[in-house]
Amino acid sequence: MEHAASKGQSSGLAVDIERTWLGRLGYLWRLLWRDKSGLLGLSLFLLLVITAAFSPLLAPHDPLDQNLSDSKTPPVWDVEGTWKYPLGTDNLGRDQLSRIIYGSRVSLTVGFFGVLIAAGLGLVIGLISGYTGGRTDAVITGIVNLLLALPYLLFVVVIASIFGRSLLNVILIFGITDAPIFARTTRGEVLRIREAGYVESAISIGARRWRIIFDHILPNLIGPLITVMTFEMSAMIFYEAGLSFLGLSVPPSVPSWGNMLSNGRKYLTVAPWISTYPGLAIMISSLGMNLLGDWLRDVLDPRLRRVKK
Amino acid sequence: MQRYFLSRLVQSVLILLGVLTLVFFMVRVSGDPASLMMPKEASQESIEAFREKMGFNRPLPVQYLDFISHAIWGDFGNSLHFKTPALSLVLQRLPATVQLAGAGLLLAILVAIPLGLIGGSTPGSLWDSAGRLLGLLGQSIPNFWLALVLIFLFAVRLRLLPSFGRDELKSLILPAFVMGLPVMGSLVRLTRSAVLEIRGEDYIRTAHSKGLDPRRVYYRHILLNAAIPLISVIGVQFGYMLGGSIYIETIFSWPGMGQLIEQAIGWRDYTLIQAIAFFTSLVVVSLNLLTDLAYAWVDPRIRLGS
Amino acid sequence: MSRGNIPASNAKTPLLEVRGLSTQFHTISGVIHAVNNVSFILDEGETMALVGESGCGKSVTMLSLIGLVAEPAGRVVGGEALFYNGISVRDLLKLSKAELRRVRGSDIGMIFQDPLTSLNPIMTIGEQISEAIVAHKGVSMSQARAQTLELLDYVGIPDPHRRIQAYPHQFSGGMRQRVMIAIAISCMPKILIADEPTTALDVTVQAQIVDLVAQLRKELHMAVIWITHDLGVVAGLADRVMVMYGGQTAERAYVDPLYNNPQHPYTIGLLGALPSLTGDESQRLVSIVGTPPDLLEPPAHCLFAFRCPYAFERCWQQVPPLITVGVRHKVSCFYDVGKGAPRDGI
Repeated sequence: MEHAASKGQSSGLAVDIERTWLGRLGYLWRLLWRDKSGLLGLSLFLLLVITAAFSPLLAPHDPLDQNLSDSKTPPVWDVEGTWKYPLGTDNLGRDQLSRIIYGSRVSLTVGFFGVLIAAGLGLVIGLISGYTGGRTDAVITGIVNLLLALPYLLFVVVIASIFGRSLLNVILIFGITDAPIFARTTRGEVLRIREAGYVESAISIGARRWRIIFDHILPNLIGPLITVMTFEMSAMIFYEAGLSFLGLSVPPSVPSWGNMLSNGRKYLTVAPWISTYPGLAIMISSLGMNLLGDWLRDVLDPRLRRVKK
Repeated sequence: MQRYFLSRLVQSVLILLGVLTLVFFMVRVSGDPASLMMPKEASQESIEAFREKMGFNRPLPVQYLDFISHAIWGDFGNSLHFKTPALSLVLQRLPATVQLAGAGLLLAILVAIPLGLIGGSTPGSLWDSAGRLLGLLGQSIPNFWLALVLIFLFAVRLRLLPSFGRDELKSLILPAFVMGLPVMGSLVRLTRSAVLEIRGEDYIRTAHSKGLDPRRVYYRHILLNAAIPLISVIGVQFGYMLGGSIYIETIFSWPGMGQLIEQAIGWRDYTLIQAIAFFTSLVVVSLNLLTDLAYAWVDPRIRLGS
Repeated sequence: MSRGNIPASNAKTPLLEVRGLSTQFHTISGVIHAVNNVSFILDEGETMALVGESGCGKSVTMLSLIGLVAEPAGRVVGGEALFYNGISVRDLLKLSKAELRRVRGSDIGMIFQDPLTSLNPIMTIGEQISEAIVAHKGVSMSQARAQTLELLDYVGIPDPHRRIQAYPHQFSGGMRQRVMIAIAISCMPKILIADEPTTALDVTVQAQIVDLVAQLRKELHMAVIWITHDLGVVAGLADRVMVMYGGQTAERAYVDPLYNNPQHPYTIGLLGALPSLTGDESQRLVSIVGTPPDLLEPPAHCLFAFRCPYAFERCWQQVPPLITVGVRHKVSCFYDVGKGAPRDGI
C-alpha cells in the first residue's frame, strides 16, 4: 500500500487522503457536488468565458449599431418592450443585451490577463525575495509593504488618468499594481517551506537550485496562488468597471459594463434599465468568481497541511 | 513594546517618504508633466511658459529635493484650478469624507460582527447562512452600481431619501450604507472564520476539559481571542474605505476628498491630485500604525514579550 | 499499589470499567473507525499506560470517555464506560452534557501534549487555574486565588505570587506543563488522563514531569492513564499497559509480564525498537516496517497482518479475538511467538 507522502511530492492537502489521481479527482467532484455553491461559481465562471468567447454568435445585434428612432426602449417585459431588444436600448438606440454580451470581453480580458501578469510578476518577485533572503529580501519586502499600505483604488485611478484610455494600458496597470499581493503570498509560502526544512535537506544532498524550486516550492504554491488569482480576478472585473465608469478605461465607443453604467446614470429617472443590467452582469461575474474562489480555498486550504500529532 | 512602537513609526515615516516619491514621479513618467497638466488645446508657447513657471526644466534631482522639502511642511503648491494652496483645499474636504467613512464603518461593525459571531458558533444554522450570504453579496455587489439602484428606488421612486448633497442627516444614510456594504461583507466572513478557527484550537479543548460552562468558554475564551485579529481588520478596512470613496462621493455629490479628486482629474489639476493622493495615504498609514499599536497592546504576547 | 503484583482480592468496584467502546468519524471519503471495540479496567489509584503509534486511536478513546469527540463528524457508536465515583456507578457514555461537564475537571482531569497551544494565550495562568475551581466549587475568583497559589507551589512553580499573573508564553515548556497539571488536579480528580504530556518536552524536563505525576498520584491517591507512543517513558510509572493498534486492542497486561513476556508481535516490535541500557551494542535497533493502517472501512482480518513477520493464512481471514494468556493478560493474535507456531484452541 503506497502512501502519497512517500512519493515525496505530497503537499499534505486534504485531498491527498485519496491515493490515486482518479481518487483525487473523484474527491474533488464529490466536494464540488456537496458544496453546491462551488458548482454555481464554476458554472457562472464558465458562463462568463463562453459569453466572451462566443459574443458574435450570441449577440442578437451589433453592439455599436445605433438606431436613434428606437432609443430608450424598455426591456421586453415592460408594456412598451419588444423581443427585438430583450433588455432594452440606450439613449443612442443601441441594443443593451448585445452590449452586455460584448462587454464581457473587456471584463474577462482585463481580469484574466491582468491577473496573469500580476501573478507572474508577483511569483518571480516573491521567489527571489523569499529564496535569497538577506538584504535583497528586506528591500523587496519593504517596497511590497509600501505598495500594499497605500489606498489602492485612489492610486489606480490617478495612474489610469495619466496613462489610461486603452485596454492594454489598463491591463498593464492592474498587472503591475496587483503584483504585490502575489509577491507577498509567494514569499510567505517560500519561507514556510524553507522553515519546514525541505530546502536545507535538498541542498545538503546536493540538489541544484532550480530543481529545488520546481520540485518542492512550486507544487506547494499552486494551491494558494490559484485561490488568490480567482479572488483578484473578481476584484479586477470590479476595478475595471469602476475605471470605465469614470471614463478612464476603454474608449467610450467600446462597450464595457462600467461605461454603460456611467452612461445610464444621466437617464436614471427615465430609463433605469440602461444602468441596471450591466451592473447586474458585473455582480453575477463577481459572485461566480468569489464562490469559485471560496470553494478553491476550502479545497486547497494550506492550513489543512498542519500535521497534527 | 517601545521598540516595536519606534520601529513601526520609523517604518511609517519611510513609507510616507516613499509615497511622496511615488507621487512625484507619477506626474513625470508620461514624459512631460507640463503637457499633462495643461488642457489639450493649449498652444506650445503657453505650455513652455507653464513649464518655466513650474520649474519643470530644472534637473530632476533638484526638482525632487525641492518637492520633498516643501511637501514635508504640507506645501504642495497651489491648485492649478483654484489657484489657492492645495493642501488647505484638501483639509476643507476632510471632515465630510471622514464622516462618511466613519458612518459606513460603524454600520458595518454593528451588523457584521454579531452575525459573524453567531455564524462561527453555529455553522450551518439559519443565521450562519444569512451571514454568509451577506458576506458574499457584500463582496460581489459593485457599490457604485448599488448606489444607482438605491438612488432610483429610494430617492426617485419612493422619494424617501435625498440623493445628493450633505444637507441633512438623512443624506448620510444611503451613501453610508453603500460605503459600508463591502466592509460588512468582509467583516462577516473574517469574524466567522476567526471564531471557527479559534473553536478548533487546543486551548478551547482544554477549556472544555475543565468542565467549564459553555457560555464562559464562549465569551471569555473564544470571543476575546477572536477580537484581537478583528482589530487589525477594522483598521485596515477603514483605510480602504477612505481610498475608495471616489465613486460614492461622485455619485451622491458628497463634498469630500473623493469628489474633489474626481473633479481634479477632469480639470487635469495635478498639483491638487498630488496633494490628495499624499494626504489620503497619510491618513491610511497613520490608521495602520494606530491599529498595529492597538493590536500590540491588546495581545499580551506582544505587549510583554518573553 | 505495588507494580505488577496480583491484588489479593478483586472484590472492590473498579474505578473505571470500559467495555466495547467504539467511536467513528464520518468524512466525505467514508467512515473512519477510530476506536473499535476497546475495553479495559482501571482500579483506584492504578496507573495505566496506553501505548500505540500516532493515529492508533489512543487519544480518541480517552476523549470519547469524557465527551470531547468533535461532533457532528465524530460519534461514539457503542460500548459503555462505568465510572465509580465512590458513591455510585454511572455510564459516562450515557450521561447528559450537563452531567458530563460536572465530571470533567472535577472527577476526571486531562492534560494534553502541547502545553503552549493548550493554554489560552491571552489569559493569565492564574485565571486559567482559578476558573476550574470556580466552576466546580462555586467559590469566587478571589477565593479561588488562594487555592491557585497553593497549587502553583505544589506543582513546583517558583515564586507563585508573581507568576500567577504571568501569561503562558512567558513560561518554559516544562513550567507550562506544570501549569496544565495544576489545572487538571485543581479539583482533586479521581483520574488524571495524560495525553502524551512529555512528547513535546526536552528529555531532562520529561523526567521531571514524570516524577511530578508519580508524586501527585501517591499524595492525591489518583489513578492515572498515561498515553504515549514511547514504552520507555512509562516503564517506571505504569502498573498496567494497554497496547493499541489501528483503533483496536492489541494487548493488555500488567507491566512486568508485558515487558518480560510480550505476546503481540506489535508489542514485541515496540519493545525491540527501544534502546536498552543493558543490551549490548551489537544489538541492532529493530524498527517496525511499513506504514500505519487505513482506518477507513477496515478489513475483516488482523490489521497488523501487513506488517507482521509472523502472519499466516488465518491472520488474513478473521479478526483475531482477545484471548487470555496469563493473569489479566490478554492478546489479540493467532500466533504464539514464544512457541513459534499458531496458537491452538482458538
